Amino acid sequence: MSGATQPMVRFHNLRKSYGQVEVLKGVDLEVAPGQVVALIGRSGSGKSTALRCVNGLERFQSGELHVCGHDLAAEKVDLRTLRQDVGIVFQSYNLFPHLTVEQNVTLAPRKVKGIAQAEARELAKEVLAQVGLSDKIQSYPEELSGGQQQRVAIARSLAMHPRLMLFDEVTSALDPELTGEVLKAIERLASNGMTMMLVTHEMAFARSVADQVVFMHQGRVWESGPGDMLLNPQTAELRQFVGNGL
Amino acid sequence: MLGLTIQQIAYIFQGAGWTIVLSLLGFVGGTFLGLPLALARSAKAKWLRVVSSGLVQFIQGVPLPVIMFVVYFGISIGGFEVPALVAAGLAMTLYSGAYLGEIWKGCIQAVPKTQWEAAECLALTKPQRFVYVILPQALRIAIPPTVGFMVQIVKNTSYAVVINFFDLTYSAKVINNSTFKPFTVFTIAALIYFAICFPMSVMARRFERKLHRN
Repeated sequence: MSGATQPMVRFHNLRKSYGQVEVLKGVDLEVAPGQVVALIGRSGSGKSTALRCVNGLERFQSGELHVCGHDLAAEKVDLRTLRQDVGIVFQSYNLFPHLTVEQNVTLAPRKVKGIAQAEARELAKEVLAQVGLSDKIQSYPEELSGGQQQRVAIARSLAMHPRLMLFDEVTSALDPELTGEVLKAIERLASNGMTMMLVTHEMAFARSVADQVVFMHQGRVWESGPGDMLLNPQTAELRQFVGNGL
Repeated sequence: MLGLTIQQIAYIFQGAGWTIVLSLLGFVGGTFLGLPLALARSAKAKWLRVVSSGLVQFIQGVPLPVIMFVVYFGISIGGFEVPALVAAGLAMTLYSGAYLGEIWKGCIQAVPKTQWEAAECLALTKPQRFVYVILPQALRIAIPPTVGFMVQIVKNTSYAVVINFFDLTYSAKVINNSTFKPFTVFTIAALIYFAICFPMSVMARRFERKLHRN
């Protein structure tokens, strides 16, 4: 990474505890603009917690975290501005069941950014096309498959034109066939230059799409490097982890 | 007919009209009290939760006829002469507000936390999250128990008889006093209560089934 470009996300010695249990024990991590970073590791390794710190869903006790120019260690963080820069997609989609796909996608742009109805519709068409769901614009979430719902969730996040997208195990609730269509949508975003952090269990996907793979273990970044690091693990823990995974 | 004159039967029905008026007052007033109570009960501020839950606990711990007495005589001790309708309406407002508040609190909490989270992550403000995301879902959940509770409201307006409010129970009592046909008179009253309540019960059940299907 060149010194000229500011990293979009920078963790420095970040620590977080839930009561007595320390789940992040000094995390150091950087994400450059345009980079795709995959966080991998066992359940409980802290990867989801680290991801949720990035958009302020989790607060931390000590260390530094800068995201898109926001200092998240500050006493008062303007989370609403931060979240216009940082989109997140969850494992359980969390679409709004009482709204159509179009309304799901345009709710935040209309209410937060105040764009007009007609403009919102164009925006919905545009982002739904990006995830290959132009024909579902008037459907309700319950009429869609899990993979389609997850792609709507991605479109909903895209509609805010975020600078950074977070994906928290977005394919873990899907069967292999549906996983493929969601990964394809994410891959397309990556090739369009979107900066992304994704927590995933899909090792092959992490290897092929991520510029940087981060293996977390016991609340720390245990090993990180380009995707091919998975073929040649340096630590016993990662060796064992990919041994089980690939 | 049935040993009663048309006038006597009409008189009973007149009471039924006021039962409906009092029920509506109770429901509308209860909504105005219950909504803020539901919000306060699920608020973040501790004092709001303590005050609102104290109020709810208190009202739920007092029998409705006693609430009627307290409101009716309480106001007249203050030197105001109020019609029984106003006192009964106030008492029904307190009673149904406390219960509707509890019902609606449950409905708000029944919307998954992840919906709040998803709305938050889209940079919606807290009021926006509530109005556009949580409330519409909570309302859907609330319809069956709310309609079900309206049946309770209608039946419990009969307690207004303790402060001599002219409703269906009162008018039936008056006709019985002059005709001495308690079985006939109160059977008519029962059938009228049933005719008002049964359609609402059916509606509540139908909403319930519809909700479960989705």
